[in-house]
Amino acid sequence: MKRPTRIPKHVREEWLGKGYVYFCILLLIVAIFSIIYFIASKGIAPFVSGGVRVRDMLLGLKWAPESEPALFGALPFLVGSSATSLLAAVIAAPFGFCAAVFMTEIAPRAGRNVLQPTIELLAGIPSVVYGFVGLSVVVPFLRDHFPGQGFGVLAGSLVLSVMILPTITSIAADALRTLPNGLKEGSFALGATRWQTIYRLMVPTTLPSLLTGIVLGIARAFGEALAVQMVIGNAPHIPKSLFESATTLTSVITLEMGNTVGGSLHNNALWSLALILLLMTLLFVFIVRLLEGRIRR
Amino acid sequence: MKKSVVLLLTLVMTLTLALAACGNSDSGGSSSPSESTGTENGASPSPSDSPSASGEALSGSIVAAGSTALQPLVDQVKDKFMAQDAYKNITVQVQGGGSGAGLTQVQAGQVDIGNSDIFAEEKFKDADADKAKDLVDHQVAVVAMAAVVNPKVGVDNLTKQQLVDIFTGKVTNWKDVGGADQKIVLVNRPSSSGTRATFEKFALGTASQDLPGSIQEDSSGTVKKLVAETPGAIGYLALSYLDDSVHAVKLDGVEANTENVTTGKYPVWAYEHMYTKGEPSPVVKAFLDYMLSDEIQQSDVKDTGYIPISDMKVTRDVNGKVTNK
Repeated sequence: MKRPTRIPKHVREEWLGKGYVYFCILLLIVAIFSIIYFIASKGIAPFVSGGVRVRDMLLGLKWAPESEPALFGALPFLVGSSATSLLAAVIAAPFGFCAAVFMTEIAPRAGRNVLQPTIELLAGIPSVVYGFVGLSVVVPFLRDHFPGQGFGVLAGSLVLSVMILPTITSIAADALRTLPNGLKEGSFALGATRWQTIYRLMVPTTLPSLLTGIVLGIARAFGEALAVQMVIGNAPHIPKSLFESATTLTSVITLEMGNTVGGSLHNNALWSLALILLLMTLLFVFIVRLLEGRIRR
Repeated sequence: MKKSVVLLLTLVMTLTLALAACGNSDSGGSSSPSESTGTENGASPSPSDSPSASGEALSGSIVAAGSTALQPLVDQVKDKFMAQDAYKNITVQVQGGGSGAGLTQVQAGQVDIGNSDIFAEEKFKDADADKAKDLVDHQVAVVAMAAVVNPKVGVDNLTKQQLVDIFTGKVTNWKDVGGADQKIVLVNRPSSSGTRATFEKFALGTASQDLPGSIQEDSSGTVKKLVAETPGAIGYLALSYLDDSVHAVKLDGVEANTENVTTGKYPVWAYEHMYTKGEPSPVVKAFLDYMLSDEIQQSDVKDTGYIPISDMKVTRDVNGKVTNK
């Protein structure tokens, strides 16, 4: 005879599992919101109590936090960050797509066994190594072959493009692999060549996924600090050419955060830059969600 | 399927625990100073003459954080310190983070010692000025800086005015100051840097500009690499970083060397500070005294490229006023 009070094992397991999952999710949500709250509360301070106007920060051209009066124009950083990340994506996207096509369509076996692990290895290299290689190889190369000192947006973009290549490639490769075989076979049956199949059928069909990969790549490039900081030159000005010293949101934060004392206006202004960075990242996430919606349709 | 879910959950849980542990150890680290002072206050009252002679073994832990320029010296000294018999029960941790971070943390009581390249009064300004009053300054070494140029520019001496013209962008070619026909490339530090503040205050006497096309780096190693490799580059470095790859220029005909700094002839130098909040606890005091002992000042301080405090024939206050000792 079973006692009626005893809870069956599968129900207990159910509760345990449910509780555990809810706990984890709650913890994640709390962590994310406390991070956002923390950055926002410090980042809003210059506007609320520091007498800095939002417009002056977003559109100001001069960053001189230690001068009298202190100026907090962050437009050069925004321009620098956007220019380097977009250019990096422009450089990396064709490479990434071609690599993905090669390893899914042209040489699937070698692609899966050799090329994919190699490209994924790129993602595992620490960014300081990229920065150092950039400083020792890319910058001297640009200095010798182009006007300027080698530091600038182009050097940053070249380093970043290698860093975001794995993101773009693996997402593109996944998209190409999941393409139904029937589509390709239909195209071949109609007499299309491999090239025609790729650019007439595969590119348009997988376009949202490819764009997702590129946007994620840009997001990664936007948030990268160390490697870019080492090769971009860090002059707080909007550069007139690709070979002129520029700076990004992340590099100004890493350069100055340790030197300023907590609670000072300069320190809080750096948190404002962090807040801008966070909002940009949220924007990228939003774009990716939008693209994913298109993939499902 | 079920197994993989369990695996995933375990992984998440482990991560969560690891994070929680990190948080704990952090707060543990920050609370340790107060603990150590607590235990020390109980043990110390008996002998209070000279700390090295005191028979009682001190015990506790010290956390120092801040200036990355001072970090190598403090790191080296702490190893020697902990190897001493009298102090073997004391553990010292040295962290970087920058002068500003060091001052913030010592002011907030999160660390015992805040290492800084510049006076606390220069960092805590305006509304925060009161915060500097809680801090007690311990000057442990002197660091001197020299303007350095790429060896190929062919300049050996610059006057103060020439240096100002170069760093404010009035002079843009080396031939205007007697060098080769080569465009000047500025390698500056970020506007918040203590090294830059020292250089501007004592070498230029005015603020330098963040000019378009100039390069900014915070790390002395990177600055040296850039000046050595970039044609026409000028920057500034602590004397400990100088070698043949870069050329140190004289300022108004005075060479940047230890002797000229100690006699006050060469003006571009600054104290390295180790700040404590209020008077240091016996454990912290033992460490600071060890830092200032002749044994360390004449060997490790010199080895790492600093100038011992005791060698200085002049002193300078926070306002830059120099007086003979």
